[in-house]
Amino acid sequence: MSVLNSKVPEGPIKDKWTNHKNKINLVNPANKRLIDVIVVGTGLAGGAAAASLAEMGYKVKAFCFQDSPRRAHSIAAQGGINAAKNYQNDGDSVYRLFYDTVKGGDYRGREANVYRLAEVSANIIDQCVAQGVPFAREYGGLLDNRSFGGVLVSRTFYAKGQTGQQLLLGAYSAMNRQIGKGKIEMFNRHEMLDLVVVDGKARGIIVRNHVNGEISRHSAHAVVLATGGYGNVFFLSTNAMGSNVTAAWKAHKKGAFFANPCYTQIHPTCIPRSGDYQSKLTLMSESLRNDGRIWVPKNIEDVEAIRSGKKKPTELSEDERDYYLERRYPAFGNLVPRDVASRAAKERCDAGYGVNQTGEAVYLDFSSAIQRYGKEAATVKGEKNATKERITELGEEVVRTKYGNLFQMYEKIVDDNPYKTPMMIYPAVHYTMGGLWVDYNLMTTIPGCYAAGEANFSDHGANRLGASALMQGLADGYFVLPYTIGDYLADEIRTGPISTDTPEFEAAEKAVRGQLETLMNIQGTKSVDHFHKRLGKVMWDKVGMSRNAQGLTEAIAEIRQIREEFWKDVKIPGGLNEFNPELAKATKVADFLELGELFAVDALSRNESCGGHFREESVELDGEQKGEAKRDDVNFKYVAAWEWNEDPGAANLHKEELEFKDIELKQRSYK
Amino acid sequence: MSEKGMNLTLKIWRQKDSKSKGKMETYPVTNISEHMSFLEMLDVLNEQLVEEGKEPVAFDHDCREGICGMCSLHINGEAHGPDRRVTTCQLHMRMFNDGDTIHIEPWRAKAFPVIKDLIVDRSAFDRIQHAGGFISVNTSGNTIDANAIPIEKEDADEAFNAATCIGCGACVASCKNASAMLFVGAKISQFSLLPQGQVEAKNRALNMVKQMDLEGFGNCTNTGACEVQCPKGISLDNIARMNRDFLSASVKK
Repeated sequence: MSVLNSKVPEGPIKDKWTNHKNKINLVNPANKRLIDVIVVGTGLAGGAAAASLAEMGYKVKAFCFQDSPRRAHSIAAQGGINAAKNYQNDGDSVYRLFYDTVKGGDYRGREANVYRLAEVSANIIDQCVAQGVPFAREYGGLLDNRSFGGVLVSRTFYAKGQTGQQLLLGAYSAMNRQIGKGKIEMFNRHEMLDLVVVDGKARGIIVRNHVNGEISRHSAHAVVLATGGYGNVFFLSTNAMGSNVTAAWKAHKKGAFFANPCYTQIHPTCIPRSGDYQSKLTLMSESLRNDGRIWVPKNIEDVEAIRSGKKKPTELSEDERDYYLERRYPAFGNLVPRDVASRAAKERCDAGYGVNQTGEAVYLDFSSAIQRYGKEAATVKGEKNATKERITELGEEVVRTKYGNLFQMYEKIVDDNPYKTPMMIYPAVHYTMGGLWVDYNLMTTIPGCYAAGEANFSDHGANRLGASALMQGLADGYFVLPYTIGDYLADEIRTGPISTDTPEFEAAEKAVRGQLETLMNIQGTKSVDHFHKRLGKVMWDKVGMSRNAQGLTEAIAEIRQIREEFWKDVKIPGGLNEFNPELAKATKVADFLELGELFAVDALSRNESCGGHFREESVELDGEQKGEAKRDDVNFKYVAAWEWNEDPGAANLHKEELEFKDIELKQRSYK
Repeated sequence: MSEKGMNLTLKIWRQKDSKSKGKMETYPVTNISEHMSFLEMLDVLNEQLVEEGKEPVAFDHDCREGICGMCSLHINGEAHGPDRRVTTCQLHMRMFNDGDTIHIEPWRAKAFPVIKDLIVDRSAFDRIQHAGGFISVNTSGNTIDANAIPIEKEDADEAFNAATCIGCGACVASCKNASAMLFVGAKISQFSLLPQGQVEAKNRALNMVKQMDLEGFGNCTNTGACEVQCPKGISLDNIARMNRDFLSASVKK
């Protein structure tokens, strides 16, 4: 039998969460004041958890590596947040949101967790509005919605193209209220470098203060890791420069199983690469696919003419264009899920139809939407005989109000006007569905160590739907963890304050200092980025959008080689006890170099295609679905949870079999 | 589009830590593409410095898409440089010409002490918000339905416009008095424009303004430089709203 116990409550799916909450152990208010909780990371999950736990009465210490909790990378989310409110009266319900999320995740998420997520989604919107989050509204004063990929209803709430910032400011404001009351002690510019485990329980962390290099110990009765995803293992991604796997990876090395590391979301609408100097990629919100149509030229001659500058995309007539998503997926068209849209773009570009110099770009075109909106606006204004120019003007105005800031961002980066010429886009690494394995209570395999938000694996299966990351982060932080953590902490009321003056803390601190000193003493010849870029290239070429056994086997060997060279030849200037950005980067890259290998090992062992994980060996060979990804439920209907075993490549695989009682397993079709 | 890159001379503020004295140092960089962002240009310089065994230039940055508010460079005397409505990370080298000399300094304000090179300590902004930058509602989720109180679209849009502030501090850096009034005004406005935030509007204004003064930010003398340099185009109207809330709260106290 598996060592993994998901602790999913008994009973019908719609009652599980309510029953569980009713039976969960509680900690009385006087005892909460005696219990310390550490929260690492202050994005939506961490910020919401820290605020809620402090409000409940726990003594909270929160840590972030940024200079303010408000800057955690949740801030960059653009498009929106899903909730089953059915304000639009289009037949939405908790069940539909649950169904869409399980199906969108290609049946690799845990049913009970996903149902709970859908169930609490409506509360999130109520909560955020009460906190003063300025969501978009209609003229009647009620909240507006839009549609996202992979669904047939409008359930996405948004604040122009910066929903993430507005939601994070909401969580941050809730934190501020508690910081002001002294209930949260906040540590900015601190990076967690190890987890301390005492008698099998998570009891604290070791952190480094980026400003002066000081190492310190912090103890607690429970540790919550809300430290985000690990997309930066690819070097180039839409993640912030500082986003990293270190906290999660250190927990993994102390006994937390790492689940489905190979599930990566490659987002279809990002600004294409422009050169080797590039440090990161920029996302263009999926919401643009509501109104943008994706195409490449039908004829290869036109592709060549466009690349050489002899033709402009606007000169191509409708029948010279291949709207390949509409052609391949008539039911969902441009709103297919992200993994499907990304693979389709790669397929066209690999076939030689990419429209920029690098051959890695497709068009996202708003001209149809501009004409459609323009005609509508002209009718409303009573301008029956409006000229084409006037219609275009009116239509551009509508598009500007919907997506103005995204269009401006595109224009600033690319130096081209997307109202007049179609945007160029290409897929890029964006989100990681894999993460620390957690049970229904969000506890990892280390008692007392929890993982929330993108840092855990539980809700999105093998592919996340748009506008669901914000939903999960806030659901975990506000509404799930504050309850479930009580179940564990109820047994801790007699523990008393935890000393940091113990052999376990001593050993952990010594190990951290040892690693930092080793890194500083290498004094090799190559910069940290040199190794990070090499790792990223291997990951993208062989563990990226399309994977096969041979490439993955090579990748494992190459990553080991890069890791070996890193530890012999990296060069870090500056000193140990000072602000040293190169040293901070080095600790992160050291962990990416280990995670990368496990990532490839996981991808190799999963010989099926599911969601964002596409194995070339596993495709439909004929019928209507020919060429589409082929899932293998007989052999792979499980969560792969890896246990650390001295070397990233030697990890032990544990399987959590997934049960689908409420949703029938079938091939995901968006045709 | 020129194929050949630019050659530039960078004059950069170097300061070991908050206690040391700093000075401007000169660094040449060559073959800079016009498509690079300003920070990517600094990445090139830093890669070069590391190779030479020298300490790279420390600067704050994270999301590199203009939303986290971490990047904070004073470039040729302007917060976030010569372009408008962009942060430093979104500033592109096409705004400069071959042969240019570019001066790069940290934000200069008493309330933003330099930590190292181009990095300053902006925790004063956090503390102002601890004093009142919130609506006192618990996170139980058991509030009223989100659509129970309709909010006029105009008010909701105005609140949103105020809430787009990314807390970068460009307003303080571009103000000759190092005033934080645009920042604090935006925070106060976002809440006071919404019915949910009205309840505590007066105390909020009093508490946040008090903390702002304690942090050592200067006063507003209506120069308007903050609005011009703000990467998010936060309007001066927010300062007026803050003053109104503050005055009416002071009178009624």
